[in-house]
Amino acid sequence: MTRLCDHCDQPATVHETVIKTGVAHEVHLCADHARAHGYVLPATTGAAVSITQILQAAQQSQPRAPERTIRTCPSCGMTIANLQAVGLLGCPDCYKVFEELLSGVIQRAQDGASIHVGRHPAQAATLIDRAALRNRLAKELREAVSSEEYERAARLRDRLSSLGTAGDDDLGATLNTPALP
Amino acid sequence: MKAIDRSVFYDSDTPLGDVVLSSRVRLARNITGYPFVNRAAPDQLTEVMHRVQSSQLGSVFEHGTRWVNLQSSDVSDRGMLFERNLISKPFSEGTHPRCVALSADGCASIMVNEEDHLRAQIYAGGFKLHALVGSMTQLDRSLERSLEFAFHPRFGYLTACPTNLGTGIRMSVMLHLPALRILDELEKMRRAAKELKLAVRGLHGEGSDAHAELFQISNQITLGRSEEDLLEEFAGVIVPRFVEYERQARQRMLETDALETTDRAHRALGVLRSARILTLEAAFKYLSRLRVGVALGIIDSVAMSTVNRLLLEVQPAHLARIRSIPASAADDDRAARATHVRATLDG
Ligand SMILES: [Zn+2]
Ligand SMILES: [Zn+2]
Repeated sequence: MTRLCDHCDQPATVHETVIKTGVAHEVHLCADHARAHGYVLPATTGAAVSITQILQAAQQSQPRAPERTIRTCPSCGMTIANLQAVGLLGCPDCYKVFEELLSGVIQRAQDGASIHVGRHPAQAATLIDRAALRNRLAKELREAVSSEEYERAARLRDRLSSLGTAGDDDLGATLNTPALP
Repeated sequence: MKAIDRSVFYDSDTPLGDVVLSSRVRLARNITGYPFVNRAAPDQLTEVMHRVQSSQLGSVFEHGTRWVNLQSSDVSDRGMLFERNLISKPFSEGTHPRCVALSADGCASIMVNEEDHLRAQIYAGGFKLHALVGSMTQLDRSLERSLEFAFHPRFGYLTACPTNLGTGIRMSVMLHLPALRILDELEKMRRAAKELKLAVRGLHGEGSDAHAELFQISNQITLGRSEEDLLEEFAGVIVPRFVEYERQARQRMLETDALETTDRAHRALGVLRSARILTLEAAFKYLSRLRVGVALGIIDSVAMSTVNRLLLEVQPAHLARIRSIPASAADDDRAARATHVRATLDG
């Protein structure tokens, strides 16, 4: 009954239909080959941390979930197993569906950061749930202060104050840098 | 592809240009309403291409835009673009619908359907990160007038890989570190880079020994810091620090053995001016030695921009283009490389 890995004689632990640029492939991989075979991050991302490895660690550290709670992104069909195999999300909605699982992964890949403090699109600024964002920023700020990360705390405080007082234009402020001659 | 031969590509006559060969800023964006590239169907990818091709690219592309469809472009075009880092290896080798916009001066590109729907890059010789980030901001703003980018209030701009989340901005510089290599201090440099959360790569991303004195460093962190903070940290603190390591190593090299250092530079120029056969490895080795000689003032008969230009033109696709033969037909022609180097240095 045990299905073997497509590439070796070990039992496959990842069974997936991977849709790559519109073509479906049946994929059965052992843990090693899931990491190693072709599904590693493309070199262009230059990732020092392998997302697939972090995802697997994050998944393993969580209590074993019953089969039926395995989530699938309703928009693109991405599953946790597929995410682990490919190391890439499938669509913007994946970030909502897998937010819980991802936030630890993101913090590890991004040097502890989990909240965007840069530029915003002019259109999206009006759609932001400011109250929720303010709460999250305040919580991060308390954590940063208590762990004595003062530079990060200062950045979060700046972001909070810009949220509290200013309109959308401030959020969308552009860099004040000279253009190429 | 004449339009992309402009000196702005080679000119490293900027502060820190003795060590910083070139600067690059990259931006990752995805359009709402479509899956990311790895899960999109071919017709969705084609639609994404049309959306980007019909949008306003703004001032970075104001002198004209050339669109290259990668599914129908010829091999030598792809080779040229790859050697100039205007497209990536997986992008040049893929089979799905994808295209690239090139600015008239050849310094900016937008890959459509790489790992993300849009991967914009702006490039310049020397150390010009501040200006490049300013230009990228304008490009982003311009694109945003016709495209709605996927954005999450907490994670920022959304990308297929979580390592690019947030600002989606990566800044990088190509560093020329011959003295650190000669003094055997590259390992120290790599450790420092790792501690600073930087990625270190070879000339084209791989760790090939042929280009072992050229290193690209870039920021790894894209989330939790504003574009201004990232720029200030990377361009204001990190790059000058690495330049200082190399400059100090060059001085130590001069102080400990001035004769040998001087000889190495003149000998390199001698080889490049006389050789009838040059492999890519040899060309890189001697051009690297010549470049440090020019930077230290040992050699004053050759311009830095000429050395920078040759570092590009000795690569296979460029060499084939200069000789007007198809890249696919050109084996690694060592004689042609030597001829081109001699002609350039004598001319
Ligand atoms: Zn296997
Ligand atoms: Zn999805």
